[in-house]
Amino acid sequence: MLEHLELFFRSIFIDNMVFAVFLGMCSYLAVSKRVTTAVGLGAAVIFVLGVTVPLNWLLDKYLLQDGALVWLGPEYADYDLSFLSFILFIATIATMVQLVEIVVEKFSPSLYNSLGIFLPLIAVNCAILGGSLFMQAREIPNIGLALNYGISSGIGWFLAILAIAAIREKIRYSNVPAPLRGLGITFIITGLMGIGFQSFGGMLTGDNDPPEEIQNTTVETKEEKELKKEIEAKKETISYNEAINK
Amino acid sequence: MALLSKKDANLIKDPLGDNNPITIQVLGICSALAITAELKASVVMAISVLFVMGVGNVVISLIRNIIPSKIRIIVQLVVVAALVIIVDQVLKAFAYDLSKTLSVFIGLIITNCIIMGRFEAFALGNGPRRAFLDGIGNALGYGVILVIVGFFRELLGSGTLFGIKVLGDPIAKTGLYAIGYENNGFMIIPPAALIVVGIIIWVQRSRNRALIEEA
Repeated sequence: MLEHLELFFRSIFIDNMVFAVFLGMCSYLAVSKRVTTAVGLGAAVIFVLGVTVPLNWLLDKYLLQDGALVWLGPEYADYDLSFLSFILFIATIATMVQLVEIVVEKFSPSLYNSLGIFLPLIAVNCAILGGSLFMQAREIPNIGLALNYGISSGIGWFLAILAIAAIREKIRYSNVPAPLRGLGITFIITGLMGIGFQSFGGMLTGDNDPPEEIQNTTVETKEEKELKKEIEAKKETISYNEAINK
Repeated sequence: MALLSKKDANLIKDPLGDNNPITIQVLGICSALAITAELKASVVMAISVLFVMGVGNVVISLIRNIIPSKIRIIVQLVVVAALVIIVDQVLKAFAYDLSKTLSVFIGLIITNCIIMGRFEAFALGNGPRRAFLDGIGNALGYGVILVIVGFFRELLGSGTLFGIKVLGDPIAKTGLYAIGYENNGFMIIPPAALIVVGIIIWVQRSRNRALIEEA
């Protein structure tokens, strides 16, 4: 339970999709002129992330990881299909977005009318693919956490676009220097908001690691994991040999 | 420019200046900003995008008449994903450290709006030669911004360029550091990239007043 809570708050505030890793910036900048459209797109992102991250987790676990095909039989234990992750993840996302669109249109026309135009856009929103790739890179251990990660990253993105849309609606009344108007000031405000979100960094663990260092640690754990895998593989072959000897 | 007609040359020149994909078209910011803390990573990212866009635009342009328009997004995604896998595998084989720094951001080239945007807007309606030039032009325009941002962030943030200490040694207090200069750690954190891009937009629009948005 505690790890769910930690992941939830970490993905919303500390590793916020927009402010910490700049994912989904294109739609974030393009669709944040009005609060109502921003809410529609934000809701669609939460929904699609909540569906695709667990799905891609299953794909990663049972198809892509080094040795993931072992459920087919011991002779498949050496297969490593992880180089296919990009193409499989994006295919899952594109099909899921189409499916979600069809289902929503069928069962809830009112929701479809409010989300409808944004759903096709989402297939090429980097926040969605980014969610799945980060899920893979951070090695989320089980499907419950993957679902949690998808939904909470979506909520973080939702908060960000809601905040910037509200600010942009108000900033129309301010006297911004002409060359900065529109895009320029939006970038700078987002940067300032990002600095604000950096202060959440020490919220959970008490350490003040900047995101760069967090990236490094994930890299290290990946190395460690590779080492562990090697060791495990060796152990397996040893036990396998022992079994044969018996 | 005997090789290129004026119209073709503009395909390359426009995205470098007044039709820049990042500062004017607002495309492809997603995967760009997070990796600009170092100049080296920016350059590699720019080259990767150059490759994917050049080849991808030609491929899409060649098959543009046989793609059913209903499933074109998926076809485009598959083409980009295949090219990005090539880039990723090459980087893993020849520059493993760098591919670890870039981590998921190489994968995110797939959903880089700049690529899908150019496929939709240009490659689907033009021949392979012009599509190739358009792809190269836009990727260069993207790369220029990336390199500028990477240059300033690395220089001001760590006092290095390509990992070489150009401003002297901050610990031994040589070079500029001898007269009390300090690195600005602020430039290393991710939000600084947004502010640097904001300033680039400011400079560009002050020089070319026609680009200013109506409030």
